[in-house]
Amino acid sequence: MSRRNLLRGAAVGAGAVALPSLLTACSSGPGGDPKTIRMGSNSSDPVPKKAFADAFAAYEKQSTAGRKIKVNTVDHNTFQENINRYLQGKPDDVFMWFAGYRMQFFAKKGLLLDISDLWKNYQGFSQALKDQSTGEDGKQYFTPYYYYPWAVFHRKSLFAQHGYTAPKTLDEYIALAKQMQKDKLVPIAFCDKDGWPAMGTFDYINMRTNGYDFHKSLMAGKEAWTDKRVKDVFDTWRSLLPYCQPAANGRTWQEAATSLQQRKTGMAVFGMPHPGQQFPKAEQGDIDFFPFPEINPEHGQDAVEAPIDGFLLAKKSKTLKNKKTLESAKDLLTYLATPKAEDVYLAGDPNNVAVNSGASTSTYSDLQKKAVELVSGAKQISQFLDRDTRPDFASTVMIPAIQSFINNPKDVDGLVNGIERQKKTIFATEG
Amino acid sequence: MSLTSARRAKRRGPRRFTRRDLVVLGVLLGIPILLDIAIVWGPTLASVVLSFTSWDGIGSIHWVGTQNYTNLFTNYPPFWPAVRHNLMWLGFLGLIATPFGLLLAVLIDRGVRFSRFYQSTIYMPVVLSLAIVGFIAQLIFSRDQGVLNAVLGNKDNPTDWLGDPNLNIWMILIAAAWRHTGYVMILYLAGLKAVDPTLKEAAAIDGANDRQTFFRVVFPTLRPVNVIVGVITVIESLRAFDIVYAVNHGRNGLEVLSVLVTDNIIGEASRIGFGSAIAVVLLAVSMGFVVTYLVQEIRGEKNR
Repeated sequence: MSRRNLLRGAAVGAGAVALPSLLTACSSGPGGDPKTIRMGSNSSDPVPKKAFADAFAAYEKQSTAGRKIKVNTVDHNTFQENINRYLQGKPDDVFMWFAGYRMQFFAKKGLLLDISDLWKNYQGFSQALKDQSTGEDGKQYFTPYYYYPWAVFHRKSLFAQHGYTAPKTLDEYIALAKQMQKDKLVPIAFCDKDGWPAMGTFDYINMRTNGYDFHKSLMAGKEAWTDKRVKDVFDTWRSLLPYCQPAANGRTWQEAATSLQQRKTGMAVFGMPHPGQQFPKAEQGDIDFFPFPEINPEHGQDAVEAPIDGFLLAKKSKTLKNKKTLESAKDLLTYLATPKAEDVYLAGDPNNVAVNSGASTSTYSDLQKKAVELVSGAKQISQFLDRDTRPDFASTVMIPAIQSFINNPKDVDGLVNGIERQKKTIFATEG
Repeated sequence: MSLTSARRAKRRGPRRFTRRDLVVLGVLLGIPILLDIAIVWGPTLASVVLSFTSWDGIGSIHWVGTQNYTNLFTNYPPFWPAVRHNLMWLGFLGLIATPFGLLLAVLIDRGVRFSRFYQSTIYMPVVLSLAIVGFIAQLIFSRDQGVLNAVLGNKDNPTDWLGDPNLNIWMILIAAAWRHTGYVMILYLAGLKAVDPTLKEAAAIDGANDRQTFFRVVFPTLRPVNVIVGVITVIESLRAFDIVYAVNHGRNGLEVLSVLVTDNIIGEASRIGFGSAIAVVLLAVSMGFVVTYLVQEIRGEKNR
């Protein structure tokens, strides 16, 4: 019998080891040394991983108290998919995540630590950045680190060759697209196989047509998708589709960006890293962009879509309960909020832009400088559809909805009715 | 001889187990049962229970009754396409790929020239994971850079094999069948080798032609293999996941039930209650097949 008990114990034990997510399994350990800060990192790609390692090394070097960072890197998608369990289980002290609704959601659930006291001393962050770091309760939870704006990207040399100029308004945009068609180009590279790239276009058309405030409350589930203003967005979008690459649902963003690089397409609504990663080094200087054109003069080109990544403190971290570790973690955030810390990072990853206005721009490429100008001139900063609304709504409703719009752009009424019905059931559930 | 009969005598009657026998039985039966309960039935029951809640993975659990199911059947656009695609999968594998695998097996078994070569070529895809088959399918069917459109040479208006929701499921089925056919063929080959050649000789003496020999004599003797192939075909079509996930995350024309489950449960969405409801539907469908199969088997045993 004792043998059986032993075996039962072993079976239960095996289950207990296997069941919790990968993430928590990696981050156990004794409360230990309060000078060691544990960092949960989602930067599994080689370029950012190396750049973060440089930034952390710089922190350790300048720390007079001899503080150290122990990085626990998890594959980017795995990290994202496990974030719920991660924050509830045994999270690291500090972890990397996104600003906006995706941060506020966890703040509301009480899984993040309030860092409003640190924000009192932060310098060089604009009001828009502060808003994106603030929870619904008015407290700050997020330390921004870098961002990358979305805009209409194109090749300088192609525009010069045909004598195109950057359009300011929707009419000029369409006129340019028509001219490109005459010149045997596909005007707008377009893709949505991955489900998210077309969201950027939706966000921009909505913000240009109805303004940032409407966009934000639409994302928060407070407006009806059956509203005429939303239908207008889809109508405008439909008028642009004839100039877009057909069959977008079968194309990845890499393929779309490659067509831009190969001069088969004229322009594309992208985030900065997308063309950046598909253009060879020698042609990086040829990438240029213009802000998404104006649709309604009332809103002009006020809003810019610029997803922000940064650092947060996990409330459930066991070691963070120790006051000295908390002090260390806050010291790290204070350092990461300085312009110098961002400079170190961006030296290794030039596809992004520092958030701190004090960061050195001397090593920036022309494109990065232009991106800084674009965002610092913005009246409002949005994140991205899937960062501005509930994750369950974005992934299970909006991705299929936009893909079906691309397949059948005529049935706008049926589309928005379907979205609205599903939105109601999703926003009605309060966990 | 004497040893076995002695043992048999000892074993007569249910209460003759020694203490040691009981321990051995307990351990050998107990461990699998415990594991089965802990790893299979526990989570299954948990899913069924959770399907009546609106749990999001954080915080408290709220009961919502059958709301998830009403929602699923009436207000979740990908659901019915997913059911349809799972059935198409079953139909395509069962009616086209499996018979094709059988045909190949028969041809190779008859000893056509280079049969070893064909055998290994057709079997080769089986060693690939379906996810990898998905990546290969993309290299072939991609609209802009795929091999197929390059071969067809239709540059002005290339067919969007994987992006067109009316077309892509067929392309994926072909890719899945590419692998399934080899699998079925190898199973039937093994079965055919085991068919007693004297049966065929007897049929030939009775004046049966090839076709009659096959359908009246050989095929019925393959019954055990047929059952295995049938089960495999059903399982393959119900668990369809990796290939569509590799191609476009099971969206835009490639919805299948298993993808909807993962979409809702895994990932940030964490609609655990709703996702569980989809999983329960999948469970109910599989149980339908499992129960039918078991009933058939038990009846077959009795008739034998």
